[in-house]
Amino acid sequence: MKQERTSKVKGLLKVLALVVPFLLNVNAFASPAETPGAGHDSVAAVSGNAEVAAAPEAHAAEAAHGEEKAGDVIMHHILDSNVYSFEPFGEIVLPKIVIGGFDISITKHVVTLWVVSAIVLIVFTIIGGKYKKMSPKTAPKGFVNAMETLVEFIRLDVAKANIGPGYEKYLPYLLTVFMFVLLCNVLGLVPYGATATGNINVTLTLATFTFFITQVAALKAHGIKGYLAHLTGGTHPALWIIMIPIEFIGLFTKPVALTIRLFANMTAGHIVILSLIFISFILNSYIVAVAMSVPFSIFIYLLEIFVAFLQAYIFTMLSALFIGLASAHEEHGDHEPGAAHH
Amino acid sequence: MLTSGVILLNGGLLSPNPGLIFWTTVSFVIVMLILRKLAWGPIISALEEREKGIQSSIDRAHSAKDEAEEILRKNRELLAKADAESDKIIREGKEYGEKLRAGIAEKAQAEATKMISMAKEEIEQEKRRALDVLRNEVAELAVMGAEKIIKTSLDADMQKKIVDSMIQDLSTKRN
Repeated sequence: MKQERTSKVKGLLKVLALVVPFLLNVNAFASPAETPGAGHDSVAAVSGNAEVAAAPEAHAAEAAHGEEKAGDVIMHHILDSNVYSFEPFGEIVLPKIVIGGFDISITKHVVTLWVVSAIVLIVFTIIGGKYKKMSPKTAPKGFVNAMETLVEFIRLDVAKANIGPGYEKYLPYLLTVFMFVLLCNVLGLVPYGATATGNINVTLTLATFTFFITQVAALKAHGIKGYLAHLTGGTHPALWIIMIPIEFIGLFTKPVALTIRLFANMTAGHIVILSLIFISFILNSYIVAVAMSVPFSIFIYLLEIFVAFLQAYIFTMLSALFIGLASAHEEHGDHEPGAAHH
Repeated sequence: MLTSGVILLNGGLLSPNPGLIFWTTVSFVIVMLILRKLAWGPIISALEEREKGIQSSIDRAHSAKDEAEEILRKNRELLAKADAESDKIIREGKEYGEKLRAGIAEKAQAEATKMISMAKEEIEQEKRRALDVLRNEVAELAVMGAEKIIKTSLDADMQKKIVDSMIQDLSTKRN
């Protein structure tokens, strides 16, 4: 009896959960439709509103204008630019360099990358120097010990566990990529910092490194013949015409997944935080700011700290996993890992 | 949702930027090469060395424990053996002492009886000699006494006869 009743209540809640957002959406769609000059697209409505700001529906127009501004600010924050701005103090215009038709100008994210490189280099060079002096009987202390935990984690739980014997060769890459991505992620959470890993070009480059290392590992492990045999999927020659393109695409899905996972995770977190903050500006309300924007954005910020570590770990873990799969001396089995869907 | 999608596509979030790719590659490769030389190499070799050190210490501790147990076992065995030995020695000593005591006591007994018998014999001899001496003395004294008496009253022969017979009587009574 009791169970029936609770299941009924649960069902009702489910219906409510489905209906309420729909109602809210209808409301949201209804309001731009009221404004004059509205198209099917809400962005068109936004631009239309900006032009007809003098119309009697001043309030709706203002809200739409605010939204547009918010979107611009958010995108400005997320995107790369030639200007590194320190908001109330001014900004630094970065030099534009074009060599041989290629635009290799220094941008905000390049500067961020260099800051990250500098920090990683300084910190780990100092730590490396300490380890050079250390005898095997002395225990590390303080910060060195904390970093050792990270290194040991990558070495044993990521590299050794996923690659198996011969993991030492890939350790420098995995350690560097972990520290690099981690610091890039964390730097995006610091005031005036920018998230270089929130730029798809950066993540694409890093994933390309993993891709090349994976292919080299596969070639080394199986030889050219084994590598090409792998592309046929071990099937009958009649199926090759299907299998070879599938396997060939399969080679590239892994780095693309890596690229988009890191990029989307870092970008999405920032968009969510900024959107939550801009809600209070759009609605022009202190109550919303105090009750929603600030607490929720703090919550998302804390979540982002976790995500920064998590994504660095996942990027490294999956790189190690791909290398391990490529170099494994096994029959063609579960090669498309379910673990890739984080 | 539609708005955000349009922003995403219009805003250039996915637009390629060869300059950034170039700089990322350059920075990352340089960082990786420098760190491999200066940081990861020393750190990982130190970690491996420490791992080996810990493993060897554990192995050493295990072997030391085994050795100690072996020594303990040997010591216990030795102790037990020594205990048995000492028991045996004590038992033998007791037996020997008992035997020795018995022997000495017997010998002493025999010696004592012998000495007693010898003393008795000597006493007997001495007594006999003394008796002889005494008898002669007495006889002479009696003779001298009798002489005096006879000189005064009887003749010597008569007196002597009487005395002799008296002495004879005495000696027979005595014996």
